[in-house]
Amino acid sequence: MANIISDETIEYVGILAKLELSEEERQRAKKDMGDMLDYIDKLNELDTTGVEPISHVFPVNNVFREDVVENGDDSDNMLKNAPSVKEKSYMAPKTIG
Amino acid sequence: MSLTRLTALELSNKIKAGEATVLEAVEAALDAIEKREKDVHSFVTVDREGALKRAGEVQKLIDDKTLTGALAGVPVAVKDNLCTSGIKTTCSSRILSNFVPTYTAQAVENLEAAGAVILGKTNMDEFAMGSTTETSAFGVTRNPWNTAHVPGGSSGGSCAAVAAEECFYALGSDTGGSIRQPSAFCGVTGIKPTYGTVSRYGLIAYGSSLDQIGPVAKDVADCAAILEVISSYDKKDSTSVKREDTDFTSALVDDVKGMRIGIPRDYFGEGLDREVKEAVLAAAGKLEEKGAVVEEFDLSLVEYAIPAYYVIASAEASSNLARFDGVKYGYRAEAFEGLHDMYKKTRSQGFGPEVKRRIMLGSFVLSSGYYDAYYLKALRTKALIKQAFDRAFEKYDVILGPAAPTTAPRLGESLDDPIKMYLGDIYTISVNLAGLPGISLPCGVDGGGLPIGMQIIGDCFQEKKIIRAAYAFERTREYRRCPITEESKGGRG
Amino acid sequence: MSKQYETVIGLEVHVELATKTKIFCSCSTAFGGAPNTHTCPVCTGMPGSLPVLNRRVVEYAMAVGLATNCEITRCCKFDRKNYFYPDNPQNYQISQLYLPICRNGSVEIQTENGAKKIGIHEIHMEEDAGKLIHDDWEDCSLVDFNRSGVPLIEIVSEPDMRSAEEVIAYLDKLRMTIQYLGASDCKLQEGSMRADVNLSVREAGEKEFGTRTEMKNLNSFRAIARAIENERNRQIDLLESGEAVIQETRRWDDAKEYSYAMRSKEDAQDYRYFPEPDLVPIIIDDEWIEEIRGRQPELREEKIARYKKEYGLPDYDAGIITGSKRLADIFEETAKICGKPKKVSNWLMVETMRLLKEHAMEPEDIRFSPENLAKLIALTEAGTVNGATAKEVFEKVFADDIDPDAYVRENGLKTVSDEGELRSVIEQVIRDYPKSVEDYRSGKEKAIGFLVGQTMKAMRGKANPAMVNQILKELL
Repeated sequence: MANIISDETIEYVGILAKLELSEEERQRAKKDMGDMLDYIDKLNELDTTGVEPISHVFPVNNVFREDVVENGDDSDNMLKNAPSVKEKSYMAPKTIG
Repeated sequence: MSLTRLTALELSNKIKAGEATVLEAVEAALDAIEKREKDVHSFVTVDREGALKRAGEVQKLIDDKTLTGALAGVPVAVKDNLCTSGIKTTCSSRILSNFVPTYTAQAVENLEAAGAVILGKTNMDEFAMGSTTETSAFGVTRNPWNTAHVPGGSSGGSCAAVAAEECFYALGSDTGGSIRQPSAFCGVTGIKPTYGTVSRYGLIAYGSSLDQIGPVAKDVADCAAILEVISSYDKKDSTSVKREDTDFTSALVDDVKGMRIGIPRDYFGEGLDREVKEAVLAAAGKLEEKGAVVEEFDLSLVEYAIPAYYVIASAEASSNLARFDGVKYGYRAEAFEGLHDMYKKTRSQGFGPEVKRRIMLGSFVLSSGYYDAYYLKALRTKALIKQAFDRAFEKYDVILGPAAPTTAPRLGESLDDPIKMYLGDIYTISVNLAGLPGISLPCGVDGGGLPIGMQIIGDCFQEKKIIRAAYAFERTREYRRCPITEESKGGRG
Repeated sequence: MSKQYETVIGLEVHVELATKTKIFCSCSTAFGGAPNTHTCPVCTGMPGSLPVLNRRVVEYAMAVGLATNCEITRCCKFDRKNYFYPDNPQNYQISQLYLPICRNGSVEIQTENGAKKIGIHEIHMEEDAGKLIHDDWEDCSLVDFNRSGVPLIEIVSEPDMRSAEEVIAYLDKLRMTIQYLGASDCKLQEGSMRADVNLSVREAGEKEFGTRTEMKNLNSFRAIARAIENERNRQIDLLESGEAVIQETRRWDDAKEYSYAMRSKEDAQDYRYFPEPDLVPIIIDDEWIEEIRGRQPELREEKIARYKKEYGLPDYDAGIITGSKRLADIFEETAKICGKPKKVSNWLMVETMRLLKEHAMEPEDIRFSPENLAKLIALTEAGTVNGATAKEVFEKVFADDIDPDAYVRENGLKTVSDEGELRSVIEQVIRDYPKSVEDYRSGKEKAIGFLVGQTMKAMRGKANPAMVNQILKELL
């Protein structure tokens, strides 16, 4: 079953992923995503009824930190990487609300 | 003879014996870099000054016997997705082209504590997404064996640098074969350890549940020694595993008598290059001659690994790479109107096509209405693949097969057809899905003079078995030096 | 309006936990540092950083779950909630969707119609976002990640509430419980407790729920009550005029007393949750649950019962004092020191409450120490100061936690109990006001009050009133 990716889907995914595609990229993305999904649909051949989905392959559980302050202030160094800084804060375009 | 011909262990022994200095080793590597980078381009950043300065410091620590380890004084190249404090770390992406971390990856810290000298950062596929190192924003890396060919990827820079003897060993990372496949293409040896063995702290994540850092070196002994140093339980990485059995060099024993080796028939079917097939089967034959019990079997589910992988890795990547938004670090678009436009322009200009492709796919498979059909289905498939390996390891100590279906393709042949490129990872990807260790090592050369690599896969935490098998095989053949390193000998390069 | 409508309300309450460090890194949660001074690679979303869970967060969440009759999830996990916003450094929030730590709980609230049970759907753990400050000068937003990664629990109720009164009773109940557990100070104004209101209306008798909206930015009980009223009316107006309520998130502007939709094309509200691969499952066994249960402090109902039994406090007193954990703590400590629980209760219920109200303070803001209140009580009991002076001294104790002994001594406020001195002052008063003396002697008992007053005035308030009365009667 061929997956046809619409312009709307690409537009929607662009909003989710914060990506803006040129017309050429958009056409390419529609084809690539359709092809990939066709390929991924191969998984439907497999009967996975009753199989537990696993995110980690072996059981490591209960990894905790104790509630003790260890970190000092390295903000000056960290802020050096920021594209735009004011008053020790990261500067971003205005948010609404 | 140039120092660069030595393995990491040989060099360290010479330095400790006073037959060479750390500075000489660093200078020899920097010379090689100078000579070969224009052809190979393994590095994104060469930290000449830092390396020279560090050479003196390390030499002192060796002289006063503070540093006595197997890798003391040996120069190393580090893949550019491993954070290095004070050294630019780019993931070969425009979006991180100016990022200087304030912290160092735990694996690199472990190396430094053992007396490593960092030469620089190696080129890679952008954010480790790719199998050729052609998706780097800073230009392709070429295969030192034949510069018309790719080195493989994504750790193509690390593997090419080792093959071209621009460094003595390197660190790579492997999410779906990114250490093992380029190791095969470049005629070097690389290990992808069991998930959780090496701390991921400071590794810029691609697919968090699949990523592992591992060594790339000239031979199995070096790899075992490096892995021994970089493995550690790290409380900064919640997925890190406490292991008592990380004395991997103890497995460097030339004895495979009675070792049960499984050859998955599914790895030798359609799509596998004839020369690769013959070389790998011949290697299995060598091990059989040494007393191993070699048997064919059906692993099953091999064709489902790639689609499951692309769902899981792309989904995780779409989330992991969301942080690159032009606010805290890295590239920000110059002109934009408002917040969301800034996000979109920054990310669209900052990421290359392959990264965008995977972020889009990942965002789509997680989006409302598709999660169960794609993501959960992939996690269930992953469970089945793990079970298939569990069954295999009830019968066999290790599994032996090719590392890739072909030798290194020519530059520019792969990117046009993503799915074809993805298929190149068919033998490596399921190992990541199941969290297993795998080693890739050279086992021949094809008609065109390109290296052929084979892969030995072990059960979880059974690195020692694959190291032992690989070491025993390695003993049966000479190390094939990459021709590029010969040219420079007579000063013709 | 001809039709009768019922309001259906569910609450999402966020509570900042009182841990020393953030949920996934060992940065301090302290308030008041310069921007970004309590940050590290983890809570600023630097690439390569990884989260490690703070054990206290799990324990506080369990404690709240147990106190609200929840089932504890034996294997719980974290998930990523993906959305872009500058205060969210990774552009995903680590939260819990599929396997939250607590489920299926309830609390009982008291309303005009008696007790009512409010169901708790779930409690999950998550990380707080950073703070955005709008800089008008540059026309941009400044991001401070000091609050980024501060641990939160989100308590999601069932849609069981029907009025603002019930909502407030429910919030009060949660606040009290959580304060008693020490899991949070739960201050609405300061944002350590935040409530989002999910509200829909339906015609009375209707079985199906109407379409709901989610209201955010409610910073006080008053704002919550007003927003509920406003949103109820807005939805009823829509329905009456034949329009549909749109499921959306709205933001309350308390100054303007209206709400507006937070919709935008760029805000798809599709959070693409998936299991957080950087964290491992939390397995909670019986032993751990019992340990937390064992550490559980006495909650309000138990305290009320004990105060009545142990201290002989009336229902009313016990109710008021246990209305705040801080007040109850001060009560118990002071009573322990001075051994006069009823007196302590009086000071807390009358003067303390009056001053709190006067200064628009919460009991949590009380600064005075039990030691000093106990000293003041001892001074009044011994008759060293009289009632009026004691109130004056208490104001000082309340404001600056002064030592009452020293204050009374230094300011010469000690009651005069020297009979000789008192007697001579009273004799003078009798001479000065013969008319009042006459009135008293002719049976106008009240006249004595005037004479007492004059004596006190002459003594500048320091006389022991009982003695003044006694001597006056004797001389008259």
